[in-house]
Amino acid sequence: MPHIIEVQHLFKRFNDLTAVDGISFTVASGEFFGLLGPNGAGKTTTIRMLYGFSPPTRGIIRVLEMDISRDWRKIKAKIGVCQQDNTLDPDLTVEQNLLVFAGYFSIPMRQARTRANELLEFFALSNRRRAKVMDLSGGMIRRLILARSLINRPELLILDEPTTGLDPQSRHQVWDRLEKLKASGLSVVLTTHYMEEATRLCDRLVIVDHGKILVEGSPADLILRHAGRNVIEIGGPDQALRDYLKANQVVHDDLGQRVILFSPGGNELSDAVRDNFCHEQCTFRNGTLEDVFLRLTGRELRE
Amino acid sequence: MIDKRAISWRFIKVWNRNLVTFQRIWKVNFITPLLEPLLFIAAFGLGFVGIVGDIRYGGAEFSYTAFIAPALIATAVMNNAFFETTFASFVRMFYQKTFDGMLATPLSIEEIIIAEIVWSATKAAVAAGIMLGVLGAFGYVQFPYGLLVIPLAFLGGIAFGAVGLFFTGIIPTIEMFNLPIFLFVTPMFLFSGTFFPVSNLPVWAKPFALAFPLYHLVELARLLCLGRHETVPLLSVIYLLVFSALFTFLALVFMRRRLIK
Repeated sequence: MPHIIEVQHLFKRFNDLTAVDGISFTVASGEFFGLLGPNGAGKTTTIRMLYGFSPPTRGIIRVLEMDISRDWRKIKAKIGVCQQDNTLDPDLTVEQNLLVFAGYFSIPMRQARTRANELLEFFALSNRRRAKVMDLSGGMIRRLILARSLINRPELLILDEPTTGLDPQSRHQVWDRLEKLKASGLSVVLTTHYMEEATRLCDRLVIVDHGKILVEGSPADLILRHAGRNVIEIGGPDQALRDYLKANQVVHDDLGQRVILFSPGGNELSDAVRDNFCHEQCTFRNGTLEDVFLRLTGRELRE
Repeated sequence: MIDKRAISWRFIKVWNRNLVTFQRIWKVNFITPLLEPLLFIAAFGLGFVGIVGDIRYGGAEFSYTAFIAPALIATAVMNNAFFETTFASFVRMFYQKTFDGMLATPLSIEEIIIAEIVWSATKAAVAAGIMLGVLGAFGYVQFPYGLLVIPLAFLGGIAFGAVGLFFTGIIPTIEMFNLPIFLFVTPMFLFSGTFFPVSNLPVWAKPFALAFPLYHLVELARLLCLGRHETVPLLSVIYLLVFSALFTFLALVFMRRRLIK
């Protein structure tokens, strides 16, 4: 299968700061690929280099089997980008935003109108086509940015935190549309802070931190490898529990007020915990991508 | 330094975007050039004429209002172009992130910059066209040569639009535009032969006026409207062309440096 994106030994330096520190990855055609990491990990910088906004300090980026440094214009004509910031034109109406943007791709007016109508329909914005962007809700703005990024029928869609700041209803609506696009065979690169979003949408993902890739795999695979199928959270742990964990060499994170046990394996451990150590509160749950993420990137704040 | 492949006729698409937004509020956009000359003519025509009397310029006598009429068009060209590529471009670039959105399409940063400058010149030419109609109705414009003020306004618009965008490329915050306005625009507005002939200035002050692009624009506007001039018109045209080319280049360099990281 041809690679829609091929990144080799990519570096990006801003003065003293190395934002991207030699990462390599590929994205297959039709794949929904996630790029996760804490704030400042280098996600947006990487994404910006992928769509030719920002020139790499070193390394090779091939998109749609073309070199971004040489064929940027051809590549940009075939990809859609949904940026993190609201880059909609507040001076224009909803529909004008799509039509003017279509102009940047040199799409003929009639075709642009047809596509704009389809996209407004798809993103449930048809009844707001003459509204000013400033009058739209946060969810509508996001949907319009998404609609706009599809105006050129891209072969690859790049999404930089598409659901940040949305309420649960709007977020689920966006996910629903993204799943439909995925089903239609569109290749997608996604960055997000919502692990639930990445688990639900991504076929494969990488977690980056300090400009380097930490792990790569499918969400289920990463959960199995780095968190385990089952996780037990124990509130108000006592010394007896800590001694027991140490004696039995159980993989765990001790957060002081709370201990999290990973990969507890068979029933033996969970039974022992249930019987002896659940003084305050115990949660028996499945491992999640969030466990993986926090275990690999740590729990310290990044700002 | 500048990639030639990054410059194509696609800039017209960005120019078109500005035209679409201009049309949305075209009534507001038309009021200023329509009323501004009337205000000036009323103020100077009614208030000044008795004190100032006729003005000797280029070997002929003109009423004071006829003398300043072409300069009003020239300063409107400067203001329209300069304010478009300073405040308006800065808002598009910094607050609205319009350029970021455009850079996710086949457009290049160079095309966006050129479009902003050409758009500011277009806006200046539209304003000049409207003012020409108003001032022509008062008999302050000799037709048909006066019509050439419209292409002249476009050239002047490129010059002031380019220098404005150069400032946008280097200015840290939007409030700082007060600096180039105070140090560059206001002195030009006052000392470019707009309200009195430069030949009235003391010898030491003349070179300053000659260095101002507005002086050359005013001179050319007077030539087309009144048929008289003080300097060599061809030199003024060359000055404006060189000034435009220099600052378009500087705008390209500094805007790219600011936006592409």
